[in-house]
Amino acid sequence: MIINHPLLGPRDAQEFTYLGDAALINRPDWTSENALREFHDYLHLRDNPAGEHRELWFHEQGDRSWLVVTRNTVTHEISKVELACDVARASGRSTGRDEGQVA
Amino acid sequence: MGYSGLRLIKEALTGHKGWGPQWRDASPQDAYDYVIIGGGGHGLATAYYLAKEFGGARIAVLEKGWIGGGNVGRNTTIIRSNYLLDGNEPFYEFSLKLWEGLEQDLNYNAMVSQRGILNLVHSDAQRDAARRRGNAMILNGSDAELLDVDGVRKMYPFLNFDNARFPIKGGLLHRRGGTVRHDAVAWGYARGADRRGVDIIQNCEVTGFRIEGGRVLGVETSRGYIKAGKVGVSVAGSSSRVMAQAGMRLPIESHVLQAFVSEGLKPFIPGVITYGAGHFYCSQSDKGGLVFGGDIDGYNSYAQRSNLPVVEDVIESGMSLIPGLGRARLLRGWGGIMDMSMDGSPYIDKTHIEGLYFNGGWCYGGFKATPAAGYCFAHLLKTDRPHDTAKAYRLDRFMTGHMIDEKGMGPQPNLH
Repeated sequence: MIINHPLLGPRDAQEFTYLGDAALINRPDWTSENALREFHDYLHLRDNPAGEHRELWFHEQGDRSWLVVTRNTVTHEISKVELACDVARASGRSTGRDEGQVA
Repeated sequence: MGYSGLRLIKEALTGHKGWGPQWRDASPQDAYDYVIIGGGGHGLATAYYLAKEFGGARIAVLEKGWIGGGNVGRNTTIIRSNYLLDGNEPFYEFSLKLWEGLEQDLNYNAMVSQRGILNLVHSDAQRDAARRRGNAMILNGSDAELLDVDGVRKMYPFLNFDNARFPIKGGLLHRRGGTVRHDAVAWGYARGADRRGVDIIQNCEVTGFRIEGGRVLGVETSRGYIKAGKVGVSVAGSSSRVMAQAGMRLPIESHVLQAFVSEGLKPFIPGVITYGAGHFYCSQSDKGGLVFGGDIDGYNSYAQRSNLPVVEDVIESGMSLIPGLGRARLLRGWGGIMDMSMDGSPYIDKTHIEGLYFNGGWCYGGFKATPAAGYCFAHLLKTDRPHDTAKAYRLDRFMTGHMIDEKGMGPQPNLH
């Protein structure tokens, strides 16, 4: 598989390590009433679709950036690659630095 | 009619006209007491034991393609009972005992061959871990022997003993482990179930569940609606897809695992060898082909095919353990979809929907578990209580903190 890195261009998937579903970006709020249940679901349950899947890849043997790759799990075709930090910011998540690590 | 030497002679003398099909090609009835989804090893074994041991009445096995076409036909055929943890080892020991009596029980030649499995160790720490696991195995009624390097050399003189980075220091030998003819397991269970009245319905894909008031009433299929008293799902790599139809999210990711076989060679590997320094294991089939495999590809996949990076990785590991492997030509490689769980251990459990039961999350260890998984799942379906050896395989164990993490990897399925 070739992953088209937004900054570095096409790279062999072998340079990356895989974490899993991009939903892992959205960490639950630990102060919430149902934090225990939410963290259980966040850590252990997966949609695991056959078809389009947004997932986190880490460019370990490269620039060490996290990417959100949209890939078809049946054909392995990659349709979109974004920087994970862009995806996180676009969804309203800050870096956490200014809000006392709450986000 | 049963199979025997006498029967073979009789058929040979009468032109082999009396054999007939091993199971009926059943059409779906309107209603069953038990519907098992998935005609693989586990599903067929479940139906077999449900009919034989638990007196199950009307039973159907629904299979979207043909039976035995999934992981039971794609594995590396190894059976073993060499686990460490209490939640696992009694179950796998139960499974191995069922394997030992399987052929007589099924009246079917599954070529069960207890040729021994050797887990190699390459450091003092690994030897300590092997000794500990060996003791756990013996405590649970299995067998284990710690070999020193001379003991390994006697068995397998052609291994790369003096590799500068991963020298072989010994191994843990599990003599009762071995291999089984994998397809024959599916066929044997199918024939056994069929003879006890189970309907095996092929080309019948489940497209939905009918659930009312928190209770499952039946399944929608490509061949019409089927009413069911209880529904057991046993579909390995397709677990998340099928259970999503019941509105459930599972602690499972689907990953592709590849395996390989070389051209036929003269016998030189009598047992099964596993490499302790890389993910590689190898045995030799009765036809002479070296059967070997390694790691999963490591990213979610439903593609039942092999990919080159892992081919390279597996062959490199193999070459560093058995340099002679480089002289053999690769005949075939294939891929199957593994239901990788969050702690590397399986689930055999009820769901929150009454009458709906789930068996899955077997990672790449489902084949050896086939008899016990079938038995324990049948036990659960019939009695609503988990079998003694499978009571740790709960779906809610991450909530209660009772995970069974043999390798200590945490909830990261591609590392198990």
